[in-house]
Order: sequence, then structure tokens, then C-alpha cells
Amino acid sequence: MESILKIENVSKQYRLGLVGTGTLSHDLNRWWSRIRGKEDPYLKIGSTNDRNTIDSEYVWALKGINLDIKKGEVVGIIGRNGAGKSTLLKLLSQVTNPTSGEIKIKGRIASLLEVGTGFHPELTGRENVYLNGAILGMSKIEIASKFDKILDFSGIGRYIDTPVKRYSSGMMVRLGFAVAAHLDPEILVVDEVLAVGDADFQKKCIAKMKEVASEGRTVLFVSHNMTSIRNLCKRGIVLESGLVTYVGNSNDAISYYLNQSKKNDNIIVSQIDSNLSVHNTGEAKFKSAFITNFENDNPVNELFYQEKFKIISKIEIYKDLENISISISLLNEFGETISYAYYANSRDLLELEKGQYIISFDMPIDLMPGNFALGLSIYHFYSGSTIDYIDYFYPFKVNKETNDKKKEYPWATVRGYVEMNNSWHVKKI
Amino acid sequence: MVKNQNEKWTLIISPNNKFKLNNFSKLLFKYKDLLFLFVKRDFVSQYKQTILGPLWFFIQPLLTTITFTVIFGNLAKIPTDGVPKILFYMSGITFWNYFADCVNKTCTTFVLNQGLFSKVYFPRIIVPFSVVMNNLLKFGIQFLLLLLFWLYFYFSTKEINPNYTISFLPLLVLIMALLGLGLGMIISSLTTKYRDLTFLVSFGVQLMMYASPIVYPISLVSYEYKWLIFLNPMTSVIETFKYGFLGHGEHEFIWLLYSIVISIIVFFVGLVIFNKVEKSFIDTV
Repeated sequence: MESILKIENVSKQYRLGLVGTGTLSHDLNRWWSRIRGKEDPYLKIGSTNDRNTIDSEYVWALKGINLDIKKGEVVGIIGRNGAGKSTLLKLLSQVTNPTSGEIKIKGRIASLLEVGTGFHPELTGRENVYLNGAILGMSKIEIASKFDKILDFSGIGRYIDTPVKRYSSGMMVRLGFAVAAHLDPEILVVDEVLAVGDADFQKKCIAKMKEVASEGRTVLFVSHNMTSIRNLCKRGIVLESGLVTYVGNSNDAISYYLNQSKKNDNIIVSQIDSNLSVHNTGEAKFKSAFITNFENDNPVNELFYQEKFKIISKIEIYKDLENISISISLLNEFGETISYAYYANSRDLLELEKGQYIISFDMPIDLMPGNFALGLSIYHFYSGSTIDYIDYFYPFKVNKETNDKKKEYPWATVRGYVEMNNSWHVKKI
Repeated sequence: MVKNQNEKWTLIISPNNKFKLNNFSKLLFKYKDLLFLFVKRDFVSQYKQTILGPLWFFIQPLLTTITFTVIFGNLAKIPTDGVPKILFYMSGITFWNYFADCVNKTCTTFVLNQGLFSKVYFPRIIVPFSVVMNNLLKFGIQFLLLLLFWLYFYFSTKEINPNYTISFLPLLVLIMALLGLGLGMIISSLTTKYRDLTFLVSFGVQLMMYASPIVYPISLVSYEYKWLIFLNPMTSVIETFKYGFLGHGEHEFIWLLYSIVISIIVFFVGLVIFNKVEKSFIDTV
């Protein structure tokens, strides 16, 4: 297979803190060492992109990345916040240059995260289509030939000759997306994390991606959503603190990624690190969560088949809140939600004063043997807006044998995730 | 090791792409549609939702000319070498405005377009080029106004004696464009790191105006200091114009040549610095 994108030993260094004081002196220092034919003194230092340790002002957002993407591949890129995904995308879209290394590309590269960039509010939709298309690298003739298709795809209709400042934000996004979607690049980059718009629009994004992939073009897909990675991508790449830690088929990459937190030890981590929040408004914060059986309240990470268990979580509320609901989800090893429960379905809504709370949830179902994890969220019930959301936490395992070791899950492959209540009726008719 | 013959890359991104004039002109050609669309965008959007619309192109220099005529001509009584005051000031202002707009508007390239630049790649140089071209359009319109006044005075008085130097006009415009663009690119590249410059620019351009023969004729400057005024590359541009169109002013080939050389140097220094900064400015801006 022919390579279409080659990343060779690419690194990117950033300077932390305010740019301003000291820049001139650093610049002079750099210049002085260049004159003497020496290496840039600031490239030697710099720690890996771990957001918690502070040993240098300079940080490597990416360090020594090597990737070889073949033509027609659909590749998923996964990693935690701060793993270097956005930096990689920035380098690929040429917004900024690498500090060292080389990226080689064949053909046009376009990304769906730049939807509607460069729209000028005073210009009409039509004028903006031309402008935006030209910014993305299309020629005037190319846009003109695709204009009808773009207009049709956007569904803007007769608003096309109205200044875009009169558009709703949805219309603006649709028009921008329509332009980007007709760029016909050889390599398409989609960043789902940054993709704006409603669910409908995101669906459209995914559909377009599938279409592009089926035409045999290359797609790079960045997402937090393991389900879409698994459905769309054949190959997966895991980024961790600026390094590529795993390259393989997407299923393996996902399980590698999800078990990163577990791999270093057998110690059970029940404390929730603040960087695990996918979304946080600062009104409340999950402090810890773990599962336990009913013997005592000690955290366990292995359960027997059909063993009853409960989830215990500590939460800190920073400001008085009302009409609050809390939800708990059970996730499978691919990060997909297999079951979900929320507070308000059983009782009235919560009214929480400032302070710390312990939440306990008795699991009413039995899990099939396999690997699972927890998802937690606290949110305003009526508006649905999330206060704190932990996506994939506390991986645990359900074993094949039961507590008394007398019974065992009878089949080699596990069927499903949740055990159903058995109630059979067999009658001759 | 067998070298793979298939490996023909269309794009190679590496830390330090050296500036090559050849590549640069190719890029400019490839993105010419974008260049014209930017010019159109800026031109069209400038006077949207104004009652007078493009008429403002005429009103601005007209008002400045009147102000200068009243203050410098009538109150301060600075002579104009026998040239009708209105014509004297208007020609200075029209030329100076073009240069000043080129500098003032290109020097904010990076800071103003940060949002766009941080998302999409296209040759950043398109933006300052489009600004200069947009200003050229504006200059053209204002020059028509100047021409109107010139024709009026040409037929009604005997003070105006145009000569062959009139044909230098395109060259003069080119010098100003290169100079304005070059300075603008240098300043905009430096402001990405050192914001202090933004404060200096508008002040500096204003100061430079007083170092050019706009509000006074060059003949007012005593002989031993004249070279100082001519060191300003804009001086001979304005003087050559006045000499050609009005028949007054001091036009010397050697100083015109000096202006040409300076503007070319400034332009290329600007290109090189701009090219260097555009690769990584998003990290420092």
C-alpha cells in the first residue's frame, strides 16, 4: 500500500507561562548561540507534556512522533486531554510548524474543524461561500462548478443572498460545513471533540466521513467517543503525554487506552483526579468513586459472577444547588454505556447545600463476566446542563465463577453484558 | 537500500522552510483567487450600512485638504511655492494616505487575523498583499479627485507646468506600495512577540509625515539640511510627483534611485521576516 501521510520524528515544543517578559533575552541568547554555531540552548530542556510536574518552562507537546498512514485508511486517534491530539492536528493543518522532524503529505489535506472560518458577517452567503472556499484552497472555477451542490447540501435556499450576520448560528454552521464537505480532499481530518453543532449536524459529519472513506480516501478521526472510533476506524493510535504509545487495530487500541490508568499497578485508584473530568463548571466535583460488595465498604476491583455490589461516591458541592440530579452509567470495555440510572427517576430532585456528600447506589442487576467501568455525572435536571462529568473511571472485572465457586458462567464466550431475569413459559399447543 | 520511486510528496512540512522567491511567486499565483476575494471583501464591507457609501473615499481627502489649507496655509502662512494651496495639499495628502494606509493596515495582519490563522493554512502573505491592493483601489479613486482639481487649475491658472516626469507615476506608486508593504510586514512580524510596537506605529507614521514635504515645500528647507529630508524615501516620491504634475518641486534622479533601492530592500527584508514568522507565530501571538 502506498503511503499518503508520513510523520517522521516530529516534535513540538511550547513555552509555558506568559510570553512577554524574558522573551527578548531568550531570543538574544538563541541568536548568540546560533552565531557561534551551537545548538539552540532551549531545545535541550523541556519536560514531557505532563501537566502536573513543573520542572521546566518549556514543554514537549509532542515528542518524536512517527506515523505512516496508508492511502484509504481510516485511522482513529485517541488520547486524554493534553495528550497532544490537537497539537498533532495543528501541525497537520500547517497552522504551526514542528520544532523538529518532518511531515510529508500527498495531495490535499482538509479538516472539518474549520467549519465557517473566515466568514465575513457583512457579506452574503454566496460571497462567503466563495471566500471560504478560497481560504480552504479551492479555486474560483472549482467553487463555481460545485456551487449548486453546496447550496443544495446546506439547505440555506433563498437566504443565500442575505448577509450572513442575519443567519442563525445553525445556518452558518450548515453553510460552512457544506463548503468544507465539497472540498474533496485526499486526506480528511475530523476532530469530533471540537465539532460544534447539534446532534443532527454531528451525524452529518460522521455520514460525510463514511462517504469519504468508502471512496477510498484517507480519514484521520480524533474523538473521545470510543463507539464511533470502533465503528468507523480500522486502525487506532493512542497518544499519551506527547508520545505515541500504541498503534494497532482500533479495538486493541481502545482497550489499551481505556486500561492505561489500570496498567501501572494493582492498586485500586478510587480518588478522582481533576483532569479526569470531561466537563466541569466548578459548582461541584466528584472526589472519589468505587464499587464494593456488601461484606464491608472497602473498594474492590474484581467481583464474582452474580455477586451483588454497590457504588459509593464522594462528591463536594462548592455552592448551594437545587433541582440537581446525579447519574451513574455502567460502561463496557469499549467505553460504551450499557446501562444507566439517574436520581430523579426514583425520587424528587436533590437540593444540596455547600459541603461534602457520600452517594451510595445499590446495583439492581447482575453483570455478565467481563471488564467494566463507571461513568458519573451531576447535572441541572431541568436545563440538562452538566456540572461535572467523569467518563471512564474505575475499571473493574467480573469473574466467571460465583462467590462460592460452585457455579461458573457456562460458556466460553460471554453473551451480552447484563443478565436478564429468567422467566420461561413452555406449553404445548 | 532501495529508494522508493513512488514517494513523491506534494507537501513537506519541516521546522525551517527556507524562503525561496520561486516558491513564493508560485504560491501567490495559486492563491490569486483568494487574493482578489480578500480585496473585494474589504472593499465591499468597508462602507456597508453607511448612507454615503463609497462617497467617503472623496470626503476624507477633501476634508483633510480643507483643514490643511486653513491651518497650514492660511493661519500658519506656510508658502506653497506658488502652487494653488488646495492642489498642493491634496497631492501630498493623496500620496501620503496611500503609504500610511499600507503601513497602518498591514502591520496588524497577525494580531487581527489570529482567529483565522489559528484554524486554516493559506499563505499568510495574501493578507498584506490584499490590503495593499485594496488601498491601491482607494488611491485610484482619490487620484481621480485630485486629477479633477488639477484639470480645473490647469485650465484656469498659469501656475501649473507639467512635464515628461508625469510618466513616472506608476513607478512612484510601486515604490510606495513596496515600501508600505515592506514596513508593514516587518512591523506585523515583530508585533507577534513584542506588542510595544503597535503603540509606536501610528505615532511613527505621523511623525514621518512631518519629515516629508507634505505640509511645506522642500524649498523651505535650507540647503545643508535638505539631504536629511531626502533620506526619507517618501520625499523624492512626493517631490517627483509634484515636479511632474505641477512643475514645482525638486526632482533629482539620484534621490529617486535611492528611494527605489530602499523600497526594494525593505520589501525583501519584510518578505523574509514575514515568511519566518508565519510558520510559528500562532505559538507566540
